[in-house]
Amino acid sequence: MGGAKGLRFDPPSHFPEGERLRAEVRAFLAEHLPRRALTEGIGSWGGHDREFSRKMGARGWIGMTWPKRYGGHERSALERYVVLEEMLAAGAPVSGHWIADRQSGPLILRVGTEAQKRHYLPRIAAGELSFCIGMSEPDSGSDLASARTRAAAVAGGYRVNGTKLWTSNAHRADCMILLARTGEAGEQRHGGLTQFLVDLKATPGISIRPVHNLAGEHHFNEVVFQDALLPAASVLGAVGDGWDQVTGELAFERSGPERFLSSFALLVELTRALGREPSERARIALGRIVAHIVTLRRLSRSVAGMLQTGANPAQQAALVKDLGTALEQEIPEIARQLLDEEPDRAAARDFARVLAHTMMNAPSFTLRGGTREILRGMIARGLGLR
Amino acid sequence: MFRITVMSETRKLLGEAAERLFEKHCGARAMRAADGGEIPQALWRALAEAGYPAALVPESAGGPGLETGDALSLLLGAGRHALPAPLAETMLAGWLLSAAGLALPGAGPLAVAPVREGEALAASRAGAGWRLQGRATRVPWASQAEAIVVAADCEGRNLVALVRPGDCRIERGANVAGESRDDVDFEGVRCVNAGFAAHDAAALRSMGAVMRSAQIAGAMQRVLELSVQYAGERVQFGRPIGRFQAVQQSLAVLAGQAAAAAAAAEAGIEAAARDLASPTVAVAKIRAGEAAGIGAAIAHQVHGAIGFTQEHRLHYWTRRLWSWRDEFGNEARWAARLGGRIAAAGADRLWQGITAAG
Repeated sequence: MGGAKGLRFDPPSHFPEGERLRAEVRAFLAEHLPRRALTEGIGSWGGHDREFSRKMGARGWIGMTWPKRYGGHERSALERYVVLEEMLAAGAPVSGHWIADRQSGPLILRVGTEAQKRHYLPRIAAGELSFCIGMSEPDSGSDLASARTRAAAVAGGYRVNGTKLWTSNAHRADCMILLARTGEAGEQRHGGLTQFLVDLKATPGISIRPVHNLAGEHHFNEVVFQDALLPAASVLGAVGDGWDQVTGELAFERSGPERFLSSFALLVELTRALGREPSERARIALGRIVAHIVTLRRLSRSVAGMLQTGANPAQQAALVKDLGTALEQEIPEIARQLLDEEPDRAAARDFARVLAHTMMNAPSFTLRGGTREILRGMIARGLGLR
Repeated sequence: MFRITVMSETRKLLGEAAERLFEKHCGARAMRAADGGEIPQALWRALAEAGYPAALVPESAGGPGLETGDALSLLLGAGRHALPAPLAETMLAGWLLSAAGLALPGAGPLAVAPVREGEALAASRAGAGWRLQGRATRVPWASQAEAIVVAADCEGRNLVALVRPGDCRIERGANVAGESRDDVDFEGVRCVNAGFAAHDAAALRSMGAVMRSAQIAGAMQRVLELSVQYAGERVQFGRPIGRFQAVQQSLAVLAGQAAAAAAAAEAGIEAAARDLASPTVAVAKIRAGEAAGIGAAIAHQVHGAIGFTQEHRLHYWTRRLWSWRDEFGNEARWAARLGGRIAAAGADRLWQGITAAG
């Protein structure tokens, strides 16, 4: 049901067993969630905390669905979903392992060599290895196929030259999965791209420069490669298959709970500030937002279930992200009309502070992981319009 | 450790059979004929023969013995076909009657009252039977029903009673889709039959809200199909308008709203089968109702002037979307209630409330 031909959503699985796990996660958070500023890491998955990532790894909550022989735990996508959404709703600092758990690890598992799997996956699952995504470039955002960073074959490996931009967490991450040009694009424009596993800490010729966002925060970076030499063994997947690998990776990136919970901290503070008996106008606004979130959770869990069965719900994932990010952006706009408080990053009141941070991060919600326009183009393709 | 729930075999077979029946009886002629508010007789006979109007009546009471969720899912298909008949209302009446241990009066369409919040009916003993006091407005199909089933308060107990429309003063009206919505004066009307039940008028409205959510989800599906089809056929500037990115982006939004309405309605159907007091009932009506307005607007924009005429069939669905979203409580009513629960539980229980709502 739902959506037209080609955009079917399976009903989300009933998953009563998940409630036991949910209780475990909530108990863990009650004990281990670091006391910190409410605003830290808003819009960036709660901030970076290696110690917290290691604790999660020790509980078996990173790489949950991966095979045990690679340090995984062979649990279901739906169990993983429970852990993810509980962490996000609590504002837990999960960004240290978020990218690796969500897409780098699964990609290595899918296309990596045996040696790569044995090297990287157990370390990721332990919460010890942090990844970033080397896709976008100064002249290559939505049009990823136009990437110009070049990896030229040389004796023993590749010499990389070029610039990656908007690389979140490059300044903290241990590794990058780099998308670079190894050959000519060809008529379809999608050829000649290859992915590489790059050790950011030990590869000479890589310089990382911060790009502060408008809130003054340092999340993303410019990463410049100048004659950086990568060993032949760092090729991830097949040479020339970069485009297909990247698009497959993005389906995992688009439909998770991080696509509708980015403003959740603000919703919590709004609810707190409104009190137990708010005006009818405020009740209507709260009820509406909650109805949206409950519905999005259902759609998002549906996609998680479809991914689990091996389907490729790329268009459904795009649809969930489009709906979810629209709500994330709407929440600060609604919140500010319900309380007469100016957004202020230094305010004593939690609400004003969280409002300021959420509002200033909100523009990124419909840019990262595929812009709204690109996603809607994908949905239109699912409808048979292109 | 976990199981994938697929649509039950019963629901699938039921949906396919219903689809054939709806397809056969909701053609262009029937739709035009029904547009004045009359129920096409052939359609109703077919529905009755299939047992759908009694879908919520348990087998022990002479019903078809369907699971509540399967029965309610019939309304997705009914909405997709803009079914010009009170299937939802008759199902609702059957559900109330059987809860009170009463039999359905016959095979004809039934109405239920009161449907609007703030309207209440009272019943009192009159000899061996009961008499009603009160008035209900915008009662769906009251003037064309074989009987009206009311939920009334009888000295603090919930009475479900059966009333003859001919015994009531009825002022005929219609919603903007042309579906009969009549004001009914029950003052002094004697009940034909009555029994006490667990369900009150609020439960009636909750079930009705889930039903309208399902109908909206079905209609949204059709509105999306019609719009995608039209965008592929209508040629301007030398190509189908669906080739233009601006139109594609609009249709993508429509697809999102249709998917959200479907997900919300399914959540509501699950909740209704489990616990009508669940906040998920509100979720269904709020989200489907919001989708209805956005969906209808985009469908009309894509269809251009022809979609704004009676000659084109789009209005059968859009006018119903505009009507159904306000019936059995609009988004604001349900959101105020849901938001009140959320606020009363407090900020630190917000997330628990969301995960519990399924």
